[in-house]
Amino acid sequence: MSKKIVAMTGNHAVANAMKQINPDVCAAYPITPSTEVMQVFASFAADGAVDTNLVTVESEHSAMSACIGAAAAGGRVMTATSSAGLALMWEMLYVASGTRLPIVMQVVNRALSAPINIHCDHSDSMGARDASWIQLYAENAQEAYDNIIQAVLISEEMDVRLPIMTCMDGFIISHSIEKMELLDDNEVKAFIGDYKPHFPMLDVENPVTYGPIALQNFYIEMKRQQVDAMESAKQVILDVGKKFGDSFGRHYGFFEEYMLEDAEVAFVVMSSAAGTVKAVVNELREKGHKVGLLKPRMFRPFPAEEMANALKHLKALVVMDRSDSFGSAGGPLFTEVRSALYGVENAPLAFGKVFGLGGRDLEVHHVEELFKELDKASKTGTIDKVTDYITVRV
Amino acid sequence: MIDTSIFDSQVDNAWCPGCGNFSILKTLKEALAELELKPHQIVLVSGIGQAAKQPHYIKANVLNGLHGRALPAAIGVKIANHKLKVIVTSGDGDLYGEGGNHFIHNLRRNVDITVIAHDNQVYGLTKGQASPTSDLGFKTKVQVDGVMLEPIHQLALAVTLRANFVARSFSGNREHLKKMMKAAITSKGFSLLDVLQPCVSFNKVNTFKWYKERVYELDETHDHTNQTAAFQKALEWGEKIPIGQIYSDKRPTFEEQQFALKDSTLVEKGLDLEKARDIIQSYI
Ligand SMILES: Cc1ncc(C[n+]2csc(CCOP(=O)(O)OP(=O)(O)O)c2C)c(N)n1
Ligand code: SF4
Ligand SMILES: [Mg+2]
Repeated sequence: MSKKIVAMTGNHAVANAMKQINPDVCAAYPITPSTEVMQVFASFAADGAVDTNLVTVESEHSAMSACIGAAAAGGRVMTATSSAGLALMWEMLYVASGTRLPIVMQVVNRALSAPINIHCDHSDSMGARDASWIQLYAENAQEAYDNIIQAVLISEEMDVRLPIMTCMDGFIISHSIEKMELLDDNEVKAFIGDYKPHFPMLDVENPVTYGPIALQNFYIEMKRQQVDAMESAKQVILDVGKKFGDSFGRHYGFFEEYMLEDAEVAFVVMSSAAGTVKAVVNELREKGHKVGLLKPRMFRPFPAEEMANALKHLKALVVMDRSDSFGSAGGPLFTEVRSALYGVENAPLAFGKVFGLGGRDLEVHHVEELFKELDKASKTGTIDKVTDYITVRV
Repeated sequence: MIDTSIFDSQVDNAWCPGCGNFSILKTLKEALAELELKPHQIVLVSGIGQAAKQPHYIKANVLNGLHGRALPAAIGVKIANHKLKVIVTSGDGDLYGEGGNHFIHNLRRNVDITVIAHDNQVYGLTKGQASPTSDLGFKTKVQVDGVMLEPIHQLALAVTLRANFVARSFSGNREHLKKMMKAAITSKGFSLLDVLQPCVSFNKVNTFKWYKERVYELDETHDHTNQTAAFQKALEWGEKIPIGQIYSDKRPTFEEQQFALKDSTLVEKGLDLEKARDIIQSYI
């Protein structure tokens, strides 16, 4: 295996992965901060480095529609978007998953309007969490690169056949240069293999229909099959993560456990903020505090049982959400985690904090403050407030 | 006459030095002042883009929404209070691309609003991709082999759908631009004013010089009430580009055809909760 260490932004890393994947069709419509992914990829296409048919469309709605058509025809299909772009795809997201088409989309997370804001939070992809798309989140450029390569295999698996969004934090990851490893082109090619579409429209010997009407007679069965597909996806994600690890040395599962095993209290946080939290965990460990971190990678399907097992020994935990679900019992991650802990004997105390909306910075001292709350909760056995915001003016 | 400083806003300007938008901004303030319009009588509506920032730089009522969605928001404002002057000031991508569907159908609807399109033939804010008005062959970082899609011919579309006022101007001719703005704003029904606007950062083909060498002012030999003649002028592009009023029509506006808006605006009608309750009760 030939290692190639490079310095790259998240957007370039993803564009390079796409080059190595060499999809049949890509649809592109620009939006900050994901614009660059397709732009860099377009330069690869111009240089003849890929065989992709790159179609520049007039809106994200058209981008997702083009992906759906191309995937139904039997192509390997990819696109990228952010924020309002993903929101505009909304009705097509459900068509992609409902017709069980493997489409890989890079979401570069950005806040939603209004007010307009171009910086990172997870409102866009979290808004699509019920759309029956698999969702993987990356902490850094390396993970974004590794995730999107694995995503191709996961979504194409017969028992899964669901579209997948791989997510990375806008600007924080998409535009920051990091040290990372690029795999060899041939290794990626061998890893993902040739695509054999399951029911392609271009197979004229076996005509198929996508998206016909299903009313009271069949609709609910088809939805129920999506549940099964999500369930199957779990094992596939583990298998693909293991295969990737065995081949390239970086193993992936549902989530990362960081100093969690012997911890008494822990943070649960995903994406780039997990990097900041790890630094604080290191520092607190040096001072003798038994603190750890669980960083979810896979949000859909949500690994409720596995996560509950990984967290159940704790005394207290805080779930940090980079988006809110207004008027609900807490942020999307918090409500999932707390629900996963329901019925667990001596379940840890859990509280949720919303942070970083619209790109508000999360600094080391903010995490240290949070630890004080965690520590207090574990010692007193009580929490002041189940959900709240941090780093906000009130 | 009103002093144009009444329209000065405190927001810092984020456009590139040399951008054609500066002249459109300055001219619009002058046009509004000369029409004796006051900030509270005006609503500026835009989507997202460089052009769409213009409402931030003018003190008036402002609604800045989503990319592509300036028009539906604007007609909502106008229908709720048709005494307001509603002016959309946004980009070619915003109005004709992502918002293209709204453009077509609002030409048909004919609400009395004015649309000023800052037409730089490119997506400026997202750093230089082709827009629906980019010329064939225009090369960008994503359209590496050049644009292969036919330009949208927005003026011809507006003539086809009989907009009441269709014109083109150029940010490099402020006198002409002001005349067109005033005519567009005072004309009844849907007014489209497409303004050629050099983008110094991302359109290196259609530059100030490029436009300057090509534009010529339409004179009285052009009959803008004649749809066929207007259609021809609307499509004229290349070596020579006409600026001026291309088409005019007298279709009744959407508001004029609404019985509910005959005597007063919707906002003036108020809401009689008692009456509403009685009506609902009568159905239960
Ligand atoms: C739904 C959605 N998709 C994409 C974008 C990203 N976006 C912002 S401005 C813009 C195009 C700008 O072009 P134009 O309207 O011509 O305005 P200009 O910047 O050239 O003045 C795009 C694609 C967005 N804000 N929202
Ligand atoms: S990018 Fe172009 S349109 Fe935008 S402010 Fe700069 S010159 Fe003007
Ligand atoms: Mg433009």
